[in-house]
Amino acid sequence: MFDMLLPYLLAGISVGGQYALIAVGYTMVYGILRLINFAHGDIFTAAGFFMVYLVAALPLSISVPLVIILTVILGFLVERVAYKPLRTAPRMSIMISAIGTSYLLQNLMWYVTGGLAKQYPVLPWISDTVRIGSASTKVVTLVTPVLTVLLVIALVMLINHTKVGMAMRAVSKDFETAQLMGIKINNVISATFILGSALAAVGSMLYFTNYSTVTPTVGAMPGLKAFVAAVFGGIGSIPGAVIGAFIIGICENLMKAAGYTAFSDAFTFALLIIILIFKPNGLFGEKTAEKV
Amino acid sequence: MKKLAALVLAIVLALSCLTFASAEDTVKIGVFEPSSGDNGAGGKQEVLGIEYANSLTPTVEIGGKTYNVELVIVDNQSATDKAVTAAQSLVSSGVSIVLGSYGSGASMAGGDVFAAAEVPAIGVSCTNPNVTLLCDYYWRVCFLDPFQGSVMANFAYDKGCKKAYVLSMLGEDYGNGLAHYFVEAFKALGGEVVEDTFPEGTSDFSAYLNNAANAGCDVIFSPCATTYASLIIDQAASQGITFPIMAGDTWESSVILDAAKGKDVDVYVSTFFAEDETNAAAVEFVSGFKAWLNANPDKLTNNGGNDIVAAVSVLGFDAYNVAIEALKAAGSTEPAAVAAALPSVTYTGVTGAISFDENGDANKDMAYIKKANTETGEFDFEKTQSVAGLAE
Repeated sequence: MFDMLLPYLLAGISVGGQYALIAVGYTMVYGILRLINFAHGDIFTAAGFFMVYLVAALPLSISVPLVIILTVILGFLVERVAYKPLRTAPRMSIMISAIGTSYLLQNLMWYVTGGLAKQYPVLPWISDTVRIGSASTKVVTLVTPVLTVLLVIALVMLINHTKVGMAMRAVSKDFETAQLMGIKINNVISATFILGSALAAVGSMLYFTNYSTVTPTVGAMPGLKAFVAAVFGGIGSIPGAVIGAFIIGICENLMKAAGYTAFSDAFTFALLIIILIFKPNGLFGEKTAEKV
Repeated sequence: MKKLAALVLAIVLALSCLTFASAEDTVKIGVFEPSSGDNGAGGKQEVLGIEYANSLTPTVEIGGKTYNVELVIVDNQSATDKAVTAAQSLVSSGVSIVLGSYGSGASMAGGDVFAAAEVPAIGVSCTNPNVTLLCDYYWRVCFLDPFQGSVMANFAYDKGCKKAYVLSMLGEDYGNGLAHYFVEAFKALGGEVVEDTFPEGTSDFSAYLNNAANAGCDVIFSPCATTYASLIIDQAASQGITFPIMAGDTWESSVILDAAKGKDVDVYVSTFFAEDETNAAAVEFVSGFKAWLNANPDKLTNNGGNDIVAAVSVLGFDAYNVAIEALKAAGSTEPAAVAAALPSVTYTGVTGAISFDENGDANKDMAYIKKANTETGEFDFEKTQSVAGLAE
């Protein structure tokens, strides 16, 4: 029985880890700006394309850090261009701007790449095949959960023990008061987007090593599921997003193992609805009532 | 001043007459193909065949007058919603006849627009029976899925495969249709079948491949777009799937060859044409087409960066020539006249003799099965299969 389930569990944990790295980006931005950054999935896709094009010209040891840097710059620019001018606007306007940015990025990528699927380069070692028990899979499947947990621990340390982290916590508690206390909120918000984008870049390397085709809309699905994971775990909570992502990744694959392949996506979104009905704040969400 | 104005007016009138006259000498053929999206790679290869045919036959004599043929190429983005807009833009640009599309779903979506405008369309490689069955203005030059499905079912059964895992995309016309006919034929032969579907945008196929292995299947039949195909092949290789993976005509693409190269996988496809055909027309086409590709770097890129002749390019070539024959037979550039002339058009093309039955389908009874060579990155010809061979 376990032998039968093992490959599904492996795939679930691996895909869960990749969702987690994206979900953290959603949840951090939400924690600070109360904004769902719909462009996040497209930043993830862009990281995939950066790698495809950079590897064609540069050695891997340069292109890997360069991909992270470019993705960070993209995330930073998106915030500066699409969200910063709307800081004082009603929350709905900035949400619409996020959706617009998502479509803009998707269509830009469609235009630049010609809309054809690109083959992701083979990253050494993590693309190798290993056998675990009766299952055979890529090394990346095993690396993903470990790397995800390490990165998230580092992130939580950063938030709890550094000055930037303290500023982030302050801004997420109370935007205006933090500003009055002399925190440069624009810098804090930029830092949030930079961290989120860097994690998305790492996530994209792991994701595309497993699923090696990059298309302009490839980020939409993982992006949506990561969003569901963030809501599931309680949006605004980093450990919540990670645990939510792993639960969704594993459940999705167990659904497929049970033979309900056609419903695996439907399941994820049904879960979102159920969570919103019974536990609107998610597993680890803040329980604050709306301020009147 | 008045005189000057009158002169200008006269010149403008005369010029517009001139352009009108030259417009009359051009006949437009619409090319309704995806160059982006899931089927973009294949669509581009189909367009190449049409462009090559156009470079050889750039003019046509209609009603005793020589017309230049102008190709109007649109991108239907492999999507049924975008296909409608693309079809409308072809109709409004005044095409006499339309060629395409790669992908049955897009063809069916565009078919309604063409039927409403009474513009005839010739399907190049869309194999779903409903393309012509549900649309009176659609004809086609390729074989159909019931035939293709039973060809692959027979092939798999003859190879000793007894239990097939059939995987197609949820709600995709081409894949679901072909999967259905494969299942029917495979069961009739006495084989067992496990059917599965995946939602659009899936990139994790490991669970599906596990399902196949756990169910004890010994062959995978997966008619789907090449974007998914490369993921399936890649993940099958890393999961150590040793039994053959088979699919229909869509998989005859360099995308598949790139995905399978250097990996331990057995990939078989059925298709419309084999490059090493020995008949004169085929030999002439293959050498001419390769030379044309190699002379144009852009075209070579569109073909996937190599000069391997895809079956869809050959069909595109034949479809263009059938359209030319139809224009000649109609004796007019009026779409309705061309539609009336099409059913009785016959033409001997590179892929064999083409004539239409009462549904508008080409009477074709030969499929070619090829195997992806994982060392050279090319397709090796495996065998031909005819309807007559199936009846036994």
